Amino acid sequence: MPKLVKDGAIIEDTWQRLDKPEGEAAEVRVPEGQVIVPLSVWQAQREQLQARSDIGVWIDSDESAYDLGNDAQSLPLVAVNFPAFMDGRAFSTARLIRERFGFNGELRAVGGFIRDQLCYLSRCGVNAFRFDDDNADLEKAQQSLADFTEFYQAGVDQPQPLFRRRA
Amino acid sequence: MYIYDQYDHEILRQRVAQFRDQTERYLAGDLSEAEFLPLRLQNGLYVQRLAPMLRINVPYGMLNSTQLRRLARIARDYDKGYCHVSTRQNIQYNWPDLDQVPNILAELAEVEMHGTQSSGNCIRNVTSDQFAGVAPDEIVDPRPYCEIVRQWSSFHPEFAFLPRKFKIAISGSEMDRAAIQVHDIGLQLVRNGSGEIGFKVLVGGGLGRTPVIASAIREYLPQEHLLTYLEAILRVYNLHGRRDNKYKARIKILVRAMGAETFAEAVEQEWQHLKDAPSTLRREDIERAKSYFTEPDYQNLDDASAQAQLEQQASDNIAFGKWLSRNVRQHRVDGYAAVTLSLKPTGIAPGDITDTQLEHIANLAERYSFAEVRTTHEQNMVLADVKKTELFDLWQEARKLGFATPNIGTLTDIICCPGGDFCSLANAKSIPVAEAIQRQFEDLDYVYDLGDLDLNISGCMNACGHHHVGHIGVLGVDKKGQEFYQVMLGGNAGNKASLAKVLGPAFEAEEMPEVVQKVVNVYLENRTEEELFIDTYQRIGIAPFKERVYAKAS
Ligand code: SF4
Repeated sequence: MPKLVKDGAIIEDTWQRLDKPEGEAAEVRVPEGQVIVPLSVWQAQREQLQARSDIGVWIDSDESAYDLGNDAQSLPLVAVNFPAFMDGRAFSTARLIRERFGFNGELRAVGGFIRDQLCYLSRCGVNAFRFDDDNADLEKAQQSLADFTEFYQAGVDQPQPLFRRRA
Repeated sequence: MYIYDQYDHEILRQRVAQFRDQTERYLAGDLSEAEFLPLRLQNGLYVQRLAPMLRINVPYGMLNSTQLRRLARIARDYDKGYCHVSTRQNIQYNWPDLDQVPNILAELAEVEMHGTQSSGNCIRNVTSDQFAGVAPDEIVDPRPYCEIVRQWSSFHPEFAFLPRKFKIAISGSEMDRAAIQVHDIGLQLVRNGSGEIGFKVLVGGGLGRTPVIASAIREYLPQEHLLTYLEAILRVYNLHGRRDNKYKARIKILVRAMGAETFAEAVEQEWQHLKDAPSTLRREDIERAKSYFTEPDYQNLDDASAQAQLEQQASDNIAFGKWLSRNVRQHRVDGYAAVTLSLKPTGIAPGDITDTQLEHIANLAERYSFAEVRTTHEQNMVLADVKKTELFDLWQEARKLGFATPNIGTLTDIICCPGGDFCSLANAKSIPVAEAIQRQFEDLDYVYDLGDLDLNISGCMNACGHHHVGHIGVLGVDKKGQEFYQVMLGGNAGNKASLAKVLGPAFEAEEMPEVVQKVVNVYLENRTEEELFIDTYQRIGIAPFKERVYAKAS
């Protein structure tokens, strides 16, 4: 089973992620088990899916956290996708999911992000990292989380900016 | 000047360690070219035509003599003995070895300097007025706010992978010397009716392919909300700025597409959620930042007698008088003046400076100006706090060292990007053209008589040489593999910002001095007593210039 980094530890990934549908989102059959569905599928099948406790939603970089909105609070997992690592919209989306919509569950980065982004992503509220590349060195990735241990700005991890914490 | 505490040092130390590791991984083949690219850019490292180029931030242009000496040492030990002052007040090294860059950054960190976010699609080094704190027309000293923004933007986790680069400039005076109208965000410090401090916020200005003058999206933002409001702007941009086409990715394109009003509303909506968050500045936070920019130990001086002495010296020595009128500026404090050291003698690439020159400037700064200097976006250096009674001595020393060319603000004080000699994006060389024009106008008296005249040269549309806002702008273009130069007239930086208009078909490099001469002649023939070049241009328009320059040889 593929692995991921979650809360600083390397664990097995028990979730499967559905690709965006080619056809109608309403027609997609969501399988049993822990499934991360695309935002469009969630929107189209919200009624049925809400009844399940093993559904997560992933938001693509060109989709808006506002379209998931407060629904996030009822989900165990929300993922933000990086179609390419240079596409930094997921950083803002993650913060909105946490800070605007009060999501407390697993916030996962998926897609093509790179190890060197982990520290910043975790500051934006992401606590799980599932690399596209199954051969990514997760131990090294884990270490990158600690690239910085002190920061100037407020973040999800530390709501007080440094200027308020300075002696 | 800001002084690092243990937090700043620790953060910077971690950054150097991070980049050292990234560089090692890249050299070992563990990090791909594409992945290393934004990481090295965010540490200031470009790969240029001939060699890497390392850009070091000079936060809002402030340097002390220790830093100057360290920059000199790095130029000597890691480069070819010189560096370059950029048009964004930064320092660039043109020949460092890639594997040495982490060592250079470690040396810089010791003197509280770095290349963090000096390039790449992130928030760049905030720029300001080189006369901050000493200008008589200053409303509020912008430097404490620059430092607040510097800290907020450094290693900002949310905004390190923006659609495109992002530049913020802050001005605190009536005359805008920070070109805030052509930045992604321009902040003008103002006081409201009750004397409280705030900002007028401009967004979406910029040069480059699509030059735009910024739009005001807020007339008055109380100072305590500075950071949350910036965060709102950046978030709207990060989420909505275009990412499909790098030429359409700057915030100016987004502002234009949405319309300034709609953009302002989007920011306002976002801000309503961020307003009053812990990032709101308390009085003591602002006071703390201000405590680093207190007045130096000014003496109580007799301005009238100092002034009388200067006038005497100026009439005894014409060369000194010219230098005084071009390179020396009024100071807020009696008995002091601000001096611009020219880095533009003819024959030297504008802004280039050697290791020993840097050390000489460090000496001058220590002897005459509280050991501090400022870099300018016109690519010169400023000693901001010189006693008027010592100006003559300073002039004599500066002259021996080659920093006293009395050309500040004149035609030969050319702003010029590195261009095709160094830059891999260039369409054409810019330095040789600058030099040829300087040679055409070697007669200092003549140049002096022309008065204020900005000539700006960029080697391509990226406009690092700010050609759109030069009174005379020159843009290098490429036609079928050959270098040509397009001439523009009527641009203006500062309060009355305007963008230059294209004069007509482009010229070959050899023609350029002659073309500029013709443009200048039209001015000389048409000017009234009190008119500067830009005034005459605005009165008579572009047509007479066009006629002269493109007249068929008879
Ligand atoms: S204007 Fe063009 S040629 Fe000049 S430095 Fe910028 S990118 Fe390079």
